[in-house]
Amino acid sequence: MGELRLMKGNEVIAEAAIRCGCDGYFGYPITPQSEIMETLMTLRPWEDSGMVVLQAESEIASIHMVYGAAGAGKRVMTSSSSPGISLMAEGISYMAGAELPCVIVNVQRGGPGLGTIQPSQADYNQATKGGGHGDYSLFVLAPASVQEMHDFVILGFEMAFKYRNPVMILADGVIGQLMEKVELIDHRPRWTNEQILEISGEWATYGKSQNRKKHIITSLEMDSNTMEQNNLRLQAKYERMKEVEVRYEAIECDDADYILVAFGSAARICQKTVQIARQKGVKVGLIRPITLFPFPEKIIAQYASKVKGFLSVEFNAGQMVNDIRLAVNGNTKVAYFGRMGGIVPTPDEVEIALHQRFKN
Amino acid sequence: MAKVRGAVVVDTEVCKGCNLCVVACPTLTLALNRNVNNKGYHYSYMENPENCTGCTNCSTVCPDSCITVYRTKTVH
Amino acid sequence: MSVLTERINQIIKPENLVYAKTPLLNDDAMHYCPGCSHGVVHRLIAEVIEEMGIQEQTIGVSPVGCAVFAYNYIDIDWAEAAHGRAPAVATGIKRVMPEKYVFSYQGDGDLAAIGTAETLHAINRGENIVMIFINNAIYGMTGGQMAPTTLIGQITATTPFGRNADLNGYPLKITELIAQLPGAAYVTRQSVQTPAAVRKAKKAIRKAFEIQAKKIGTAFVEVVSTCSSGWKLTPVASNKWMEDNMFPQYPLGDLKDSGRADADLYRIKG
Repeated sequence: MGELRLMKGNEVIAEAAIRCGCDGYFGYPITPQSEIMETLMTLRPWEDSGMVVLQAESEIASIHMVYGAAGAGKRVMTSSSSPGISLMAEGISYMAGAELPCVIVNVQRGGPGLGTIQPSQADYNQATKGGGHGDYSLFVLAPASVQEMHDFVILGFEMAFKYRNPVMILADGVIGQLMEKVELIDHRPRWTNEQILEISGEWATYGKSQNRKKHIITSLEMDSNTMEQNNLRLQAKYERMKEVEVRYEAIECDDADYILVAFGSAARICQKTVQIARQKGVKVGLIRPITLFPFPEKIIAQYASKVKGFLSVEFNAGQMVNDIRLAVNGNTKVAYFGRMGGIVPTPDEVEIALHQRFKN
Repeated sequence: MAKVRGAVVVDTEVCKGCNLCVVACPTLTLALNRNVNNKGYHYSYMENPENCTGCTNCSTVCPDSCITVYRTKTVH
Repeated sequence: MSVLTERINQIIKPENLVYAKTPLLNDDAMHYCPGCSHGVVHRLIAEVIEEMGIQEQTIGVSPVGCAVFAYNYIDIDWAEAAHGRAPAVATGIKRVMPEKYVFSYQGDGDLAAIGTAETLHAINRGENIVMIFINNAIYGMTGGQMAPTTLIGQITATTPFGRNADLNGYPLKITELIAQLPGAAYVTRQSVQTPAAVRKAKKAIRKAFEIQAKKIGTAFVEVVSTCSSGWKLTPVASNKWMEDNMFPQYPLGDLKDSGRADADLYRIKG
């Protein structure tokens, strides 16, 4: 059993990064996730593991520092909140195009624009449909607990290097600020130069030796045929993710007449709604997508023939509901309930909404 | 005839005929050829090879690194 | 064979070689327009890297603009940065591999317009990198539009009647700004239009790379350059135009050569 601690979601991101042997963090302060960089600066990992922590002049600079360092084969990350992620969209698109591994944490707040510093899930579409220009996808993980904030940093780096693709941890202000018990992994050393050579020696820019061709990190390709092949290679990668990396949690779905679908902190609320509804005799289950991309469409499609309806519960105007509709493909009713502006609905509100939408 | 001390070799297919080497040449050795290369550029060549001192001014200003310079101390 | 040809052939022998292209520049013809300064500066960087024997330790960062394909020509590892972000990309590379040599290569639009923040902050942090700045007062790649360094009265595709201060503001002397930053170790302005200027510029680039090894702050080399296509002049006339118009606004020489500032000058009292 690893070390147990009571920690804030944001703090544990920093702790997990250090412990899993992350090489660098580049970030810019923004509420509600500033504790990530504050914790890193307080822990001073550069003195022990050699991990670099740098406060950049902007989110734009942060993500491009990540681009450079990731290109060198290092395990690097950044974090921000919604408006900052919009600024990073350029760099994220470049990283997806250049097939660079990294972890990006988005502790979402409400938008559009400067919006609010209160929690939100309104960046679902931005995260799962790319977010920047061009045909690309991120690997998107949605933590629903402080423990998952920890675990997904580790899993995130694993996926980032497995697929040479940026990974986004799509948290929200609730999970970021929440304090919970967390089991921490033991400290792992950063990769040695030899390990980097073994893992990323085929492409990383660590200095060209005489016995190999130069490595170029770029998303640019002027030849249309090659560029189409590059795009097809990316799409094939996303398909592989869809085949083998889907993660979700299904709670009391086997006998359910209605299934709630919710991710992140919304799923915590819905778990209580399941209990409330079942006490009232309504058989309700919950599917919690853990990977938002790849989306657990197969399990939703399977239940579509069995249940009377799905209710997508989101802290936004209804974004994931469209992915559920695509998975259901008209085989049952799909409805949405959500709150915006930083309002977190209560389990009872969700239960009432379920009743209203389906007249059960 | 002047004593030949230097010589340049122009990679005529890389040369773009920008004329900068011709201007930089202090001994009026170089000129642009009346003929063109495969891209249609009037490439640089030694019009007066007997003038060349092998000073490397031409290769120093050449943006396309297409000039190789030789110089001999022996007077032929 | 004429007597002359025979004599030339006697000179063209390996033992008489005084200048050949560095093997760090590959044999592809560069995509630049005839007479473009980029080619000269690329060669100088390649020669410096070769002469210092640091090919295996050097990572270049190319910009968006005409030099986007710089990575095609110099035989080292490269990262191609988004428009203006080269100093941030170089920062990321250098921070995780402080033992390597990292340089960025940017034009005026990239470095002094869209990437101004990244430029100033990388230098203000005293990043131990080399920054090469090609200032030809125009956007070459996109077809000759106004750059931040475009001179008053200069005609470009977006200032067809000449740059007008009332409408377009003033030429940005970003190198003078950079020289004020405490993180800058070495700031110099060079040119490559004559053999003497090229030799001087090469010395400056070599010095910049040597400063990187000393870790005393950012080494910044501006090269006042031409853009024959953008300026709509021949390469030779471009050099003349540059000397007549650019040099008075962007005078050549070292602007700073003192290393990074002493942090105690900026320390709090209590």
